[in-house]
Amino acid sequence: MTAFLEVSDLAVSFPTEDGVVKAVAGSSFAVSQGSTLAIVGESGSGKSVTAQAIMGLLNRDFADVTGSIALDGTDLLALDDDEVRRMRGSVMAMIFQDPLSSLHPFYRIGDQLAEAVRVHNKVSKSEAHARAVDALHRVGIPSPDKRVNDYPHQLSGGMRQRVMIAMALINSPSLLIADEPTTALDVTVQAQIIELMSELQRETGTTLIIITHDLGVVADMAEEVCVMYGGRVVEYAAVRDIYYAPQHPYTQGLLASVPRLATDRVDRLDPIPGNPPSLINLPSGCVFHPRCSQRAEVPDGLCVSQEPALLSVGVDHLVRCHLAEQGVTR
Amino acid sequence: MGAYVVRRVLIMILLLLLLTLAVFVLFSLLPADVARLTCGKVCTDQTIELNRARLGLDKSVWEQYWIFLTGLAFGRTYGVGPGAVVCEAPCLGYSFTKNEPVLQLILDRLPATIFLALGAFVIFLVGGVAVGVYSALRRGRWQDKTVMGISLIGYSLPSFFIGLVVIYFVIIRWQILPFPQYVQPWENPVRFLQTMILPWLVLAILYAAFYTRLTRSQMLETLNEDYIRTARAKGLPERVVVRKHALRAGLTPIVTAAGLDFAGLLGGAIILETIFSLPGLGSLAVSAVLDPDLAILVGVTLITAVFIIVANLIVDLLYAVIDPRVRPS
Repeated sequence: MTAFLEVSDLAVSFPTEDGVVKAVAGSSFAVSQGSTLAIVGESGSGKSVTAQAIMGLLNRDFADVTGSIALDGTDLLALDDDEVRRMRGSVMAMIFQDPLSSLHPFYRIGDQLAEAVRVHNKVSKSEAHARAVDALHRVGIPSPDKRVNDYPHQLSGGMRQRVMIAMALINSPSLLIADEPTTALDVTVQAQIIELMSELQRETGTTLIIITHDLGVVADMAEEVCVMYGGRVVEYAAVRDIYYAPQHPYTQGLLASVPRLATDRVDRLDPIPGNPPSLINLPSGCVFHPRCSQRAEVPDGLCVSQEPALLSVGVDHLVRCHLAEQGVTR
Repeated sequence: MGAYVVRRVLIMILLLLLLTLAVFVLFSLLPADVARLTCGKVCTDQTIELNRARLGLDKSVWEQYWIFLTGLAFGRTYGVGPGAVVCEAPCLGYSFTKNEPVLQLILDRLPATIFLALGAFVIFLVGGVAVGVYSALRRGRWQDKTVMGISLIGYSLPSFFIGLVVIYFVIIRWQILPFPQYVQPWENPVRFLQTMILPWLVLAILYAAFYTRLTRSQMLETLNEDYIRTARAKGLPERVVVRKHALRAGLTPIVTAAGLDFAGLLGGAIILETIFSLPGLGSLAVSAVLDPDLAILVGVTLITAVFIIVANLIVDLLYAVIDPRVRPS
């Protein structure tokens, strides 16, 4: 498998007055062309920062970014700011969580779409406008020739997210990153947006990275899943393996905390005890050890003293856990 | 939109009417006896009473107010017979110390005040906003700290201090500019600019400090918005992101402050007009206080208030131009 996007040893830290925030430390994964990778994890796990690092949206004056991000063979971190800017919106695009705050409230959506066209293509205003109408049509907005003159506040949440998708795809990018695209939407609308994105991906063959904490979305869309915790990739596998053979205690906990209607059990949800770690004072050893229920199974307090490596436990299945390291079968 | 404008204009007219009442009542409560003030050097009880009758001061406050209002609409005549003084509509009052209708006095003084306000306004708005954006983009670095320090000084110094220091150095010590003497720009443009440049700059420094700080804080806020991240994700160059997306979004409070400040300046910059001997509304008000001439004071107060009310209306209408969300549908 040749990776279209390959992220290796990505580390992002923000020096602040309270100390250095290590948002991402040693994040590695690869996505092949046209496939979908889901990045899963709770708030502060480093998923959004990873996405912004790929897009070059982190201000290098405030963020310390190391490692490498190779997109189709080009190391994005080695490019200068303007070269990365030219790739944003043309080669790679991004959709954000809250479509209302992500659209500029003072400009018509048509103008915002046309702006995205004109920054990367030498076309006339009317041509860009026509493409904007066309893009709105493609994402299923009714009477796009009228809607193109609306302001964001005149649209519903789902429509706004469709506009964001239209804007991201308007220059036919080969990589699309969706950062929690359904989190801010009504449940019924969520399904429509997911369906739309899958459909557009099938049509265009765009490589997709979807960041979410909704495991239902993961099952629907992703081929591979990357589970992040405390700025690290803790498990990385095909979606089937994640659901049926999760190896990392955190992944197991994540799956156990999803409510299910299908079972006849009526007992409570199984939450993971404790809180996400502070990114300034990370726990020693394995960052998950203070919340891990299986820590006792590892001898010598190894979980507290030594950070486990990301190791292969099967075909394209990587886990960062001492249990897996010691070959303990569960 | 049209209906909204009409409604706002009607409210404005009502407000102006209330304003004339408030100003009129306020000034009638003053202990000054206008009849005595206007009777000149040789003053007998008889002339005072004559004056009182001529000015209509023997009537009740409400009657006087009614006469004032009708004077505004149709003009009025002070006194009867050959000594009567006619004040044509719109009559804001008549100054017996200057022997001219108040409106004429104000109109004579208006150009200097308008030119002073306009020039300073352009300089402090453009300068303040530009420096504020620059400062925000270099937040926390030495450029930002320097700008903030200077603006704090500019913000804190009183205008008479800066004005006098500037006059001392530029005009007296270094003699770069001649002594200020106001002429209308259409009469002698060079002389006009020589006179106005210092008061423009002094006034602009005072106000620019405020606009720099306001713009900086607005920019820091909007630069953190999600739609700025979207603009960057589109691949827009940073200068487009800053000017078209961030600055536009942070403009509303700047427009509000600018509108009200401009209106305030049109009411006359009292101290600067006095220091630079500019014949504007501010110095007219000062001389009216010293004389004292209540008719002029009422007139200037009313005109200033009208400017502020009109500026408020314009600012409100501008909101709708800037922000589509407040446009009445």
